[in-house]
Amino acid sequence: MAAQQTVPQVDPGPRGVTASRGPRRQRPSERPGIAYLFLSPWVLGALLLTIGPMLASLYLSFTDYDLFTSPGWVGWENYRNLFADDPRFLTAVWVTLKYVLISTPLKLAAALAVALLLNRPSRAQGFYRSAFYAPSLLGASVAVALVWRVMFDGGGVVDQSLTVLGVSTGGWVSNPSYALLVIVALAVWQFGAPMVIFLAGLKQIPQELYDASAVDGAGWWRQLRSVTLPMLSPVIFFNLVLETIHAFQAFTGAFVISGGRGGPVDSTLFYTLYLYQRGFTEFRMGYASAMAWVLVLVVAVITAVLFRTARLWVFYAGEEGR
Amino acid sequence: MTRRVVWHAACVAALAVLLYPVAWLLTASVKPANEILSSLRLWPERVILGNYAEVLRGMAGVTVWQFLANSLIVSVGSVVGTVVSCSLAAYAFSWLRFRLRGPLFAFMVMTILLPVHVLLIPQYTIFQRLSLVDTFWPLVLPKLLATDAFFVFLIVQFMRSLPRELGDAARMDGCGPVRVFTHIVLPLSKPALVTTAIFTFIWSWNDFLSQLIYLNTPKNYTLPLALRLFIDQTSQTSYGAMMAMSVLTLVPIALFFFAFQRLLVEGVATSGLNG
Repeated sequence: MAAQQTVPQVDPGPRGVTASRGPRRQRPSERPGIAYLFLSPWVLGALLLTIGPMLASLYLSFTDYDLFTSPGWVGWENYRNLFADDPRFLTAVWVTLKYVLISTPLKLAAALAVALLLNRPSRAQGFYRSAFYAPSLLGASVAVALVWRVMFDGGGVVDQSLTVLGVSTGGWVSNPSYALLVIVALAVWQFGAPMVIFLAGLKQIPQELYDASAVDGAGWWRQLRSVTLPMLSPVIFFNLVLETIHAFQAFTGAFVISGGRGGPVDSTLFYTLYLYQRGFTEFRMGYASAMAWVLVLVVAVITAVLFRTARLWVFYAGEEGR
Repeated sequence: MTRRVVWHAACVAALAVLLYPVAWLLTASVKPANEILSSLRLWPERVILGNYAEVLRGMAGVTVWQFLANSLIVSVGSVVGTVVSCSLAAYAFSWLRFRLRGPLFAFMVMTILLPVHVLLIPQYTIFQRLSLVDTFWPLVLPKLLATDAFFVFLIVQFMRSLPRELGDAARMDGCGPVRVFTHIVLPLSKPALVTTAIFTFIWSWNDFLSQLIYLNTPKNYTLPLALRLFIDQTSQTSYGAMMAMSVLTLVPIALFFFAFQRLLVEGVATSGLNG
């Protein structure tokens, strides 16, 4: 199946290795020791910088730790405080959820729309594809977040244009009702990467399906609903999972646009920003570790839920026969 | 014919909207500060270079060249570390056979999706104990240990697609796994390695959170941190200089984009790389 080679899969797992390995043969010259030698930097990193720290932060999340004195066990207190005693934490959760729920669908919709627009035979396609992709490379930087801040600030381009149109909103950056939207706009602006992935998926859809449906009298809209979207659903799913996980961890935009504070009145207090404040400006590292573990669990649960719902709407060609 | 014209018009119009902020940034960097916040005109009434001159004077007693050098050290170090360690691991995962390959590969893929925040505090504690905070080591050392698992995955995908027969032939000639790696697999994997190198450079160039955590004194600041220092220190009167500094920090990304755009876009299309 050609689609499976180029269209990215969420997790091909170790089975993919077996599949492409070909027939099993004994190769006496190949000692397993050599493999571990090649793997040693990665293994070292996995032990010292991933597994070790994961266990350590799990332990720290049950302690009171400020980096300079040794951690003291407090049991579930950090977790209890998070949910029962810390309104800013609940605000951060709410702000982040709003951000994920607004920015991810908008970003994917923009990506899909532009991919559909670009998906036609033309020599200019490569040029357009690169140009639409460019913001994805630039958008993660402090510099572009700063541009957003100045453009949406009081007296900035957006404020002035709206005033010309007779709508007065003032500066969005300093308005608690609009500040989050500035960061959403910055995220949506970077739709290029999922767009490129969508475009690659669109090219994998066999032309015969369109020809056959045209013979049956299907118009553009009908083809979109009955051919394009079902055939593209694995790629939509892939992008949805990645972008959702990504959105939960957004940091730079919120930090730069709110000057590191998450304001005005905590309206852009992203989860990671609050975690940074607690852990690295107040040095409440046990508390911040508990926050990090809550984030991991939330991301894991949401990913699991997405995979569950995928059975309802993701269509894998060639699977009906099973 | 008309359909094609309409199509081009639609594409160009969408691009104009999308790239407007970039054009705005470029022109704002040559405008006086008061014009940035008083006029809607994209093109400056008069082009000034004073903003760039102000940036080149540096800040907090550190020159802009120092910030640039710091950013380069971090990014180039990250590129070297990532390419070396990830290609070694990828070769083991894709061409060699060992008992734990399945579980280790599954674990590696899982770490791609793991939020880094859960590792941040213990890693910080480690580097603090080693007295390496406020040096570049915490930013480069993890790359030498292949912590950017995504690139291991990317190179594995590529190496798997290489023809096995080449390896078999080399083995007939008495090549061991090391020679197969250095003489056959590595040279053929150049496209994947270049893609890895470029993305690693751009990502570490843009990286903010870890640099913010680990670098504390202005002489060690990288460009993103310097830009943030600039924002904190200045008021609206220096908007022009701020924009000029922003342009300077984006120049290397723009150069990489123009030089390797095809490779970058293909990398995203085939692997699902997600900036």
